[in-house]
Amino acid sequence: MDEPINLVLFSGTDDKLQAAAVMTAGAAALGRRVNIFLQYWALDAFRKDRIGAGRGLSAEAGESGAALVAAAAQAGQAPWHETLRQAKDLGDVDIQACSLSMDVLKIEEGDLDPLVDGVEGVTAFYLNAGDGHIVFI
Amino acid sequence: MPLEIAQRVDAKGLACPMPIVKTAQAVKSMTSGQLLEVLATDAGSTKDFAAWCKTTGNELVESSVEGGVYRFVLRRK
Repeated sequence: MDEPINLVLFSGTDDKLQAAAVMTAGAAALGRRVNIFLQYWALDAFRKDRIGAGRGLSAEAGESGAALVAAAAQAGQAPWHETLRQAKDLGDVDIQACSLSMDVLKIEEGDLDPLVDGVEGVTAFYLNAGDGHIVFI
Repeated sequence: MPLEIAQRVDAKGLACPMPIVKTAQAVKSMTSGQLLEVLATDAGSTKDFAAWCKTTGNELVESSVEGGVYRFVLRRK
């Protein structure tokens, strides 16, 4: 149980980001290191000028899914970025932006929310991942 | 003999992972041997708390449920 949990975040919808945040917080609470690698639309969600904005839901949610997610938020569930902030306070969570996605989306490091710790390529991500599991969300 | 609870966490109404996150936060500020009481309503709580205690080495002293409220007492390692 000493290996890090490694999450590659690709999707930028609220439901998938929330799922990723919950997995991160759970690992952090168990004292496990979490390495997060932000690609594509997940990276875009971490732009500081829009991190608080709703990102919509994945297509499979449909209308009924959207109503359920809205109800959960109404009931007080924290948004995904707040859950991630708490996870970082609690344990060892490192969030890196994928340098390729930064290029493709034309994002500069200064555009990103302080939740993001830096920029790296896939090689560094694999090195840090070690023997830990890699999950693609 | 009633247990001497050093700290209490009210996680009622909070959904996964918050009950465990709040527990881990509280434990960080406690000293070894102290007892923490956590109240939760999340259905996954019982298994989550047992798993968290087992993984982190904090002893689960009590685990009960009454009227939909789960009560856990753990001893900080």
